[in-house]
Amino acid sequence: MSSDQPFITDESQVVTETRDARMTGQGDRFNSRLREAFGSSPFILTKFDKFLNWCRGSSMFMLQFGIACCSIEMMHTYAVKHDLDRFGSGVPRASPRQADVMIVPGTIVSKFAPRMKRVYDQMPEPKFVVGMGSCTISGGPFQEGYNVIKGAEEVIPIDIHVPGCPPRPEALVYGVVKLQERVANGEAAPVTVKPYELEEFSDLERDELVDKLADQIDDDELVMRYNFADSP
Amino acid sequence: MSLERPDTVDDGAVERTPDELEALLGDLVVDRDDHLNAPGFVIRPDTVQETLSVLKEQAGYDHLSVVSAQEYENRYESIYHLKKYDDPTQEVSVVVPADKDDPVSESAEPVFRTADWHEREAYDLIGIEYDDHPDLRRILLPETWQGHPLSMDYDKDRPQIATLPEHANPLQDHHKDEESDTMFLNIGPHHPATHGVLHLKTVLDGEQVVDVEPDIGYLHRSEEQMAQNGTYRHQIMPYPDRWDYISAGLLNEWAYARAAEDLADIEVPEYAQVIRTMGAEMCRIAAHMLALATFALDINGDFTATFMYAINDRERVQNLLEDLTGQRLMFNYFRLGGVVWDLPEPRDEFFSKTRDFLDQLPESIEEYHNLITSNEIFQMRTIDTGVLPPEVAKNYGATGPVARGSGVDYDLRRDDPYGYYDELDWDVITEDGCDNFSRLLVRMREVEESAKIIEQCVDLLEDWPEDERNIQANVPRTLRPDDDTEIYRAVEAAKGELGIYIRADGTDKPARFKIRSPCFSNLQTLPEMANGEYIPDVVAALGSLDIVLGEVDR
Ligand code: SF4
Repeated sequence: MSSDQPFITDESQVVTETRDARMTGQGDRFNSRLREAFGSSPFILTKFDKFLNWCRGSSMFMLQFGIACCSIEMMHTYAVKHDLDRFGSGVPRASPRQADVMIVPGTIVSKFAPRMKRVYDQMPEPKFVVGMGSCTISGGPFQEGYNVIKGAEEVIPIDIHVPGCPPRPEALVYGVVKLQERVANGEAAPVTVKPYELEEFSDLERDELVDKLADQIDDDELVMRYNFADSP
Repeated sequence: MSLERPDTVDDGAVERTPDELEALLGDLVVDRDDHLNAPGFVIRPDTVQETLSVLKEQAGYDHLSVVSAQEYENRYESIYHLKKYDDPTQEVSVVVPADKDDPVSESAEPVFRTADWHEREAYDLIGIEYDDHPDLRRILLPETWQGHPLSMDYDKDRPQIATLPEHANPLQDHHKDEESDTMFLNIGPHHPATHGVLHLKTVLDGEQVVDVEPDIGYLHRSEEQMAQNGTYRHQIMPYPDRWDYISAGLLNEWAYARAAEDLADIEVPEYAQVIRTMGAEMCRIAAHMLALATFALDINGDFTATFMYAINDRERVQNLLEDLTGQRLMFNYFRLGGVVWDLPEPRDEFFSKTRDFLDQLPESIEEYHNLITSNEIFQMRTIDTGVLPPEVAKNYGATGPVARGSGVDYDLRRDDPYGYYDELDWDVITEDGCDNFSRLLVRMREVEESAKIIEQCVDLLEDWPEDERNIQANVPRTLRPDDDTEIYRAVEAAKGELGIYIRADGTDKPARFKIRSPCFSNLQTLPEMANGEYIPDVVAALGSLDIVLGEVDR
């Protein structure tokens, strides 16, 4: 473009009432009661950490992570009617690398626990976890199952537990909002017990089982060792 | 036997008496072990293929529902439950005992392709080995698992190790080997398109799929063990809700109720049957709505309008179901012999709510047709992709909308009637396209049929005389079916034939409780549909199968 003033439009061409109103009262458009209260000094003073926590708590990206029955209610929580997005935390991201919060919606079994740990590890810090349903608390109705991990807390730390089988969407919304509150207030997650970690096979303590599997598993392969006898 | 019925003719319609069948099998039969639902023939473990071929080719038993395996004090046993697609009331069980110390039995895979996964499951959980099986590995538990959890001497407290195999980045050069151009691609178990925790191992040649292998077991919650630990009367019923958790709860509960009621010889009052039928069809609508929503999601991408609309309709059904049962998802509403309580008061309000829902349904369906089925992009993605010919579908034991989308006219609600279905006026939907589109269309049209059924039930319930509203039969507090009675009974759940095999041992808990999950068999057809197609078609085919992992893995 050759014009000297490329940002000025020709007013004679497009004039509508709305447009007029906006052009005349330029600065008012973003005005609000709050802004007026500040008067002529448009600055506020706050602690940087506090401000950042407030940002964090007000915009949470969830991980799109479905495991079992609870994930159906989780979908309903995201979708119409319950619409978790109203509270600033409803955008499910398919990739763990874009997510802040993981809702664990279901029963964790032996084959899945290492994968869940891996997905959790891939999320960037700071990350938070909401455990949804009885299964993530204790194994729920399947606690006796030979293959079931007795609670997600055995594998990853959990910030908020939402009980129920399945919890209603309202309950999940409450749990997530509580988490947001805590994040905004800068409350740290409780220290939790995680007996099961991903380890390299060669780092396991040698015992009968490890010896037996030695020719099946490579030394540097990641494994999770379950100790069902000591589970709660 | 009559001479007009030559043995060599494959005639599925001909019904043979158990004695005729025994004569047909001749020396193959070593003993009889009849079940409540079907005659059972005991055969030697090395004649499985021969026996099943005779039954399949000469007697028309073309549907292997399930292989249920179990361990006894003195032997192992695999039971092949056979049926006919044309008439599922004609059933026969083939009982194959195997040696206690060295449980080996011949694989049925060459005769029925579906036996592949079923036998792998039996090997995994019980520990029977199948000779001549193409690929006998664990299927549900991690490969490194120790012991077989449903065998008798399993110690559930022993430590276990599960591995996390790392796959190299598929974009790295070295992942292609010298000779071939194929690439290995891992999909899942955490992936938005797998509808839960399914893991697909795919080998690609460019955009084309050379091979896809579903890897399941990421949600194997020991459902069969949980049922075996519960008493018949009350403790088992909550679990079926959690098999197919896409709101299909009542349909699943019916599967257990039907098997247990037939086992314990309980007659359900007619009024309760009508309520059951109505509730079950509401569940079917809810389940099909989710299938539609997620399928549209798979094809169209992000959280889009169709998804929200379908979820909205689901919310409506769920409200009705909540009024009826008190729960949104895990209903636990059926009891052996009936249902737990009567319709909610005031009844008129419930009826008018239900009617309102039914009245607006045609409009929503119209909207879905505008958005989905008449959408050109959608048609391009789904028509003639994921083709499953009817013969293949039968060979894999596919049922439900998957089979009906391939033109297999098989619906247990009509063919093996239970509940109140045979008194009502409705149609079985089939489509001949055999592709992804047909399967979707079957589901959408089935929603209309379900609405018809609900409407008739509401009419019936409205006029039901007040003093005949009997919601539960008299059932003893503790049920102890006779020792050594066995039964296999199935119902038409949202995804297909959901069957339960129960063996009673005279106590108040089942000695063996085996779940025949429709999704388990349906998922097996995925390689048939996807191999040779493009990678987006795998996702479409998977979406059109409408699996739910809770039921696949149990
Ligand atoms: S808590 Fe209940 S609803 Fe949730 S995953 Fe566990 S069994 Fe399913």
